[in-house]
Amino acid sequence: MGRYVIRRLLQMIPVFFGATLLIFLMVNVMGDPIAGLCGDKACDPATAARLKQEFGLDKPVWQQYATYMGNVFTGDFGTAFNGQKVTELMSTSFPVTIRLTIIAILFEIVIGISLGVVTGLRRGRPIDTAVLILTLVVIAIPTFVTGLVLQLVLGVEWKWIRSSVSPSAPFNELLVPGLVLASVSLAYVTRLTRTSIAENSRADYVRTAVAKGLPRHRVITRHLLRNSLIPVVTFIGTDVGALMGGAIVTERIFNIHGVGFQLYQGILRQSTQTVVGFVTVLVLVFLVANLVVDLLYAVLDPRIRYA
Amino acid sequence: MRGATHAKWTACAVVVALAATACGGGDSGGGSGASGIVSSSWGDPQNPLEPANTNEVQGGKVLDMLFRGLVRYDPKTGAAKNMVAEKIDTTDSTNFTVTVKDGWTFSNGEKVTAKSFVDAWNYGANLKHNQKNAYFFGYIDGYDKVHPDKGDPTADTLSGLKVTGDRTFTVKLNQKFSTWPDTLGYAAFAPLPKAFFDNHSAWLSKPVGNGPYTVNSYTKGSKLEMRKWDAYPGEDKAQNGGVDLKVYTDNNTAYTDLTAGNLDLVDDVPASQLKNVKSDLGDRYINTPAGIIQTLAFPFYDDAWNTPGAVKVRKGLSMAINRAQITDTIFQKTRTPATDWTSPVLGADGGYKDGLCGDACKYDPAGAKKLIQEGGGIPGGQVKISYNADTGSHKEWVDAICNSVNNALGNDKACVGNPVGTFADFRNQITQNKMSGPFRAGWQMDYPLIQNFLQPLYYTNASSNDGKWTNAQFDKLVNEANAETDKAKAVDLFQQAEGVLRDQMGAIPLWYQNGSAGYSTRLSNVALNPFSVPVYNEIKVS
Repeated sequence: MGRYVIRRLLQMIPVFFGATLLIFLMVNVMGDPIAGLCGDKACDPATAARLKQEFGLDKPVWQQYATYMGNVFTGDFGTAFNGQKVTELMSTSFPVTIRLTIIAILFEIVIGISLGVVTGLRRGRPIDTAVLILTLVVIAIPTFVTGLVLQLVLGVEWKWIRSSVSPSAPFNELLVPGLVLASVSLAYVTRLTRTSIAENSRADYVRTAVAKGLPRHRVITRHLLRNSLIPVVTFIGTDVGALMGGAIVTERIFNIHGVGFQLYQGILRQSTQTVVGFVTVLVLVFLVANLVVDLLYAVLDPRIRYA
Repeated sequence: MRGATHAKWTACAVVVALAATACGGGDSGGGSGASGIVSSSWGDPQNPLEPANTNEVQGGKVLDMLFRGLVRYDPKTGAAKNMVAEKIDTTDSTNFTVTVKDGWTFSNGEKVTAKSFVDAWNYGANLKHNQKNAYFFGYIDGYDKVHPDKGDPTADTLSGLKVTGDRTFTVKLNQKFSTWPDTLGYAAFAPLPKAFFDNHSAWLSKPVGNGPYTVNSYTKGSKLEMRKWDAYPGEDKAQNGGVDLKVYTDNNTAYTDLTAGNLDLVDDVPASQLKNVKSDLGDRYINTPAGIIQTLAFPFYDDAWNTPGAVKVRKGLSMAINRAQITDTIFQKTRTPATDWTSPVLGADGGYKDGLCGDACKYDPAGAKKLIQEGGGIPGGQVKISYNADTGSHKEWVDAICNSVNNALGNDKACVGNPVGTFADFRNQITQNKMSGPFRAGWQMDYPLIQNFLQPLYYTNASSNDGKWTNAQFDKLVNEANAETDKAKAVDLFQQAEGVLRDQMGAIPLWYQNGSAGYSTRLSNVALNPFSVPVYNEIKVS
């Protein structure tokens, strides 16, 4: 397995370079970012030229990329336009988004999988139909609608939660935003688990387990669930990356100063350093999450071997 | 046992992830509970917080709390009054002698002297420091040496600035500018303590000024806590215990927080909430004029827009816009149809002249159609109005203008909006002279003078003359006005220059923008100054 992990890690290198180069080029295509820094007034040419020099924008793109990557390997992600180090922005925003993601993933795992198991075992019963309709509704409603409605009802009308999250963003304040963020994926997890469970509950090994007289909960958790979870784990694994990068809508609604907020600002201000830095880290998160998912397969199904 | 090893690996990964997040926890940041503290919405400032480097409202409001300059604009009338300056004397409108009042200090105890100003201005003007407001010092003699258009500076200090005593310094300008002292209330002219120069990065993380507030803590990108400075020597002491500025990712969320009781003050009511604001807040909603005007600028570098007949086309377009309807329906009366190129906050004495634009700014679809036809029709057959689509609600009003123009001309395709993805790209196209039709232009005044509404925008090659409009008669009148020492006469000359602008329709004035704010029941005595910034130090908390 060690060799497998190393091979996978080596494969990440070209993906990493390709992704960062693409982002770098995309941000560059948008034009000269200095023009936006002076507001509705034009920057005076001398200052603009010096700012370009300071941020290395006066050099050809390939050279900018080379310098940038060189710096990244020494841990220097450059400086954002407001004078803050990008690493400083990361150290404040990533923990917040990671907490939000963890809550979202926990919701997906706990609620999604339990609902999936319940409905998968009771196909066609009222509860199955009810959950199916519910998940359909959740998938159909965009996140910002769910978010704004929950914020208004729970935050403004009933005052159960704070309508915006404070800068330090502790776990308890992130519960509702996490649920909003998880909602669509949660519905998918429910449906995936349901189908998978429904399929496998007719399998021979389940029948054998029942025939052996094993208690019902043991049949479900050890035999049925373990085999049914592979597609679900794949989905949740890729969702980690998607949630972290895609939290922008939820973060805006609940005023969470996480990765989405920084990326949004970076793009608006065309701050190459911020955007490329954050996307680089997100790419890494995505790659690692995928690796972890692949390794988890073997935990769930020991027949899967890595070479 | 293979499975077990895998499980261990995965468990380790999860533990690492959890550990990484734990460090960010900490306290839950009080909210609006503390006594006497105003919590207010804020936007993340675009540039580092230093006087000569802050050119937008969000950073500007902090500087307004932290600093007091030589001159301060009256929060109600906008009139320039001496603050730290005891007197600013001149006999020839070129050489000025400034005397600083005794007894002023920075909040770290250091005295505010003539040197505090001269050092700060020299720093701001110097090209080496990349200060975005450097051009404010452009009227001072020697600016071309410390801030040359090309190459490195050949001097470190402005030759026009001389410290003549502990509390006095002289300024020599490179042109006559009688109202120059009135410009000194702009934040770029604030004094700086020694700490700024000694340890710049430490100062930036916790700025020290001479205003009524001090910085308690500053978490960049999320919160700035300011507290009343008890030993503040000025007369405009803070009436509250302090102000917490909280960064909001979206002004809709800030408004929601205000209605939920988590926030005291929102100084930018989102357009989408204007319909509810009366029922939500009642008379705790403020909607007062600010020194902001919005216009449509034209690319005069494009030959199609610079023909002799194009004047009629531009006037025709102006007449085709139903300003009253757009300000009522889209902006819910938070803007007022413009009838000149300045702002009502200047007042009649300051140079605002209601109706100066005349018939050209009155809605007259029939007349518009006739004028545009006389002028040879719209260049290329279609007007494309460019705007940046990333912020504000520019799309709505641009579409409304086009609708109005299309109706007037009886042609569905006479006018279309041309959205540009980001503000930076929009500015980029403007500075590179790439606009092919009219484009959105806005001007927020730096100081309440009619000069500020005309010279930077329409003088030949001026810093914000985005359309590159040029007119010798206009330039001449502006020069004469600047040289005129009698204020009333100067204003009159500026208005004559504005008349030239009107006759040529150098830009179409659209509307004056109001400042809008809403506040909670805890607050009283809330007002917006002419810059649409809340007068924080006068807010009372019950």
